[in-house]
Amino acid sequence: MPPKPLKASLALAVGLALLAAAATAQAASPEEQGFEIAARSDRSDRGFGDNRVRLKMVLRNAAGAEATRSLEIATLEVPDEDVGDKSLIVFDSPRDIDGTALLSHAKIIDPDDQWLYLPALKRVKRISSVNKSGPFVGSEFAFEDFTALELKKYDYKYIRSEPCGEMTCDVVERYPRYEYSGYVKQLSWIDQEVFQVRKVEFYDRRGDLLKTLSLEDYRLYEDKYWRAQKLAMVNHQTGKSTDLIYEDYVFGVGLGDRDFIKGVLQRIR
Amino acid sequence: MTFHRLLPSAERRAAALALTVAALLSAVPSAAGAQGPKLSGSIGSEVRLFFEEPKFDGQFDDPIAGIQPSLLAEPELSYDSQDRRHQFNLAPFLRLDARDGDRSHADLREGYWRYIGGDWEVLLGVNRVFWGVTESRHLVNVINQIDAVEDIDEEDFLGQPMVNLATQQDWGRVDLFVMPGFRERTFPGRNGRLRPGIPVDENAAQYDSELARGQPDTALRYSHFFGDFDLGAYYFYGNGREPRLVPSGQGTRLEPRYDLIHQGGLDLQYTDEAWLWKLEAIVREGQGDPFGAVVAGVEYTFFQAFESDADLGLLAEFLYDGRDEDDAPPTAFDEDVFFGTRLALNDVQDSTALLGAIVDVEDGSTSIFFEAERRLGDSWKLELEVRAFLNISDSNPASSFENDDFALLRLSYFF
Repeated sequence: MPPKPLKASLALAVGLALLAAAATAQAASPEEQGFEIAARSDRSDRGFGDNRVRLKMVLRNAAGAEATRSLEIATLEVPDEDVGDKSLIVFDSPRDIDGTALLSHAKIIDPDDQWLYLPALKRVKRISSVNKSGPFVGSEFAFEDFTALELKKYDYKYIRSEPCGEMTCDVVERYPRYEYSGYVKQLSWIDQEVFQVRKVEFYDRRGDLLKTLSLEDYRLYEDKYWRAQKLAMVNHQTGKSTDLIYEDYVFGVGLGDRDFIKGVLQRIR
Repeated sequence: MTFHRLLPSAERRAAALALTVAALLSAVPSAAGAQGPKLSGSIGSEVRLFFEEPKFDGQFDDPIAGIQPSLLAEPELSYDSQDRRHQFNLAPFLRLDARDGDRSHADLREGYWRYIGGDWEVLLGVNRVFWGVTESRHLVNVINQIDAVEDIDEEDFLGQPMVNLATQQDWGRVDLFVMPGFRERTFPGRNGRLRPGIPVDENAAQYDSELARGQPDTALRYSHFFGDFDLGAYYFYGNGREPRLVPSGQGTRLEPRYDLIHQGGLDLQYTDEAWLWKLEAIVREGQGDPFGAVVAGVEYTFFQAFESDADLGLLAEFLYDGRDEDDAPPTAFDEDVFFGTRLALNDVQDSTALLGAIVDVEDGSTSIFFEAERRLGDSWKLELEVRAFLNISDSNPASSFENDDFALLRLSYFF
């Protein structure tokens, strides 16, 4: 039987170890935790290379009247987290804007490089991209909602964890670091199973809830990459909404930098 | 009112070419692609309303007003092979005008096969090519002839037959154009408004080049972007698109004279947040003394102006053209300033409007224009255009338009 002092010191050691563990756990600040959760989500998509997808955009006004657009988006992954992805959006309806295209080279903090192709005049126009918060083609998606979600475009803060549907989600606030954002913050729900964003709330510059985005019907491609097949954005202040309904993604198209350069715009139709 | 002179002989070539390309298109093996050819385009009806009595004899006029209705068709048949390496396009154009027989015309705007092979691409056939960045004048465009009977804004192009070889490299894009088959500029007929005092006889064209229309024109262009700068530069040699108009012996008609020219051109835009700084410049040799011309300006956009979804842009441009008008075709843009404002509502109907004025610095001649458009439903588009000429000096080339203020309303159906 060990003497009492030893027992006491053992108890003390265990106690200290527990304290230390608790302290370590607490050392990750909510900001660091938030970044880690967002980074894990972002990295779950790493290595996708390129893809192409057709989608339908359904715009609804407060009275429920609908207008639709159809478009194709091609995306090229730029693996460097300090540089954004490249994307090319081509519309085919409404018919009068058939062939209109938007080429974007996303940046992290600086405004993106963007070119617009107007088929009626066969004209390529470099456009100002400080217009982050403006509506994208009359929809409830702003330009900044539509371009690639780059990890380092935001600062993060972990808020809480809570059930979301059948899963558990980490709720993380993110704060745009780039200029001209229309948002003071966004609240995002990221599931703990496959680390995908399930819902985002957007708060306007006054701090009021402006919009909610629901990402639904996630499907797994290439055994690795999750894509939501439906994005539903509701504007709480105007009662308008926009749904993006995706067809199947095609990965491994074989696209390269030269498919996302200004010069290709003149051969789009 | 009758739609007379449906397809003048000059247009039959275009129709024949259209048929050839259609045959080519249908000959594409169906195994090459699963999607099949796509038919799109628009048909429209348009009314131009002239407010004043015509200035010249022969120009149409109504007891009430100068009403000029016309019908338009711009179908487009396109086909991409499944691997998207082969593109076929066929885009004829047809206008039937009730008042001016010369404005009733057909053209093959596009009819080509393009092959995209990695860094290289080649285009064979008829195409339209737009360069440039400014709004008040499209100075650097040199590939296509202007379909001037359509409008005076120099934005309507006749299809140009060409071989276009291009390469896209990390350091930029290089385009080589070899263009057989010169296209002559269209002009309003004797009945038409917006024409010179003496009607132009398109069939009386004369050429500086011994090869005349057979002169193969060539152009080499480099374009790329460097950070916030977008740059294009080219060299052109061949029949200039802009004719001198020389009175015939009896002085009853103007005859187009096409000169062999060398032209260098530059277009540059610097994009600095909401500011766009723009420059277009050319140097031309072959019409009297070599001369230069410039359009330089700036556009600033207030995004989400007045706390709405609308964007409001302000534009200002300076225009200079150093040509000697005794040897070169006269221009209204010798020394002018342009001010404009652009409104985009960013609504579901994509409503936009542009209001602008070009003022001659020397003689005060002023041209004001307003353009607006809006989609109706899913498939229709309504366009309004108003143009007015104020304080036009007798010595200004625009003086023959001084009674031709007009409003245009166009309703188009897209399919």
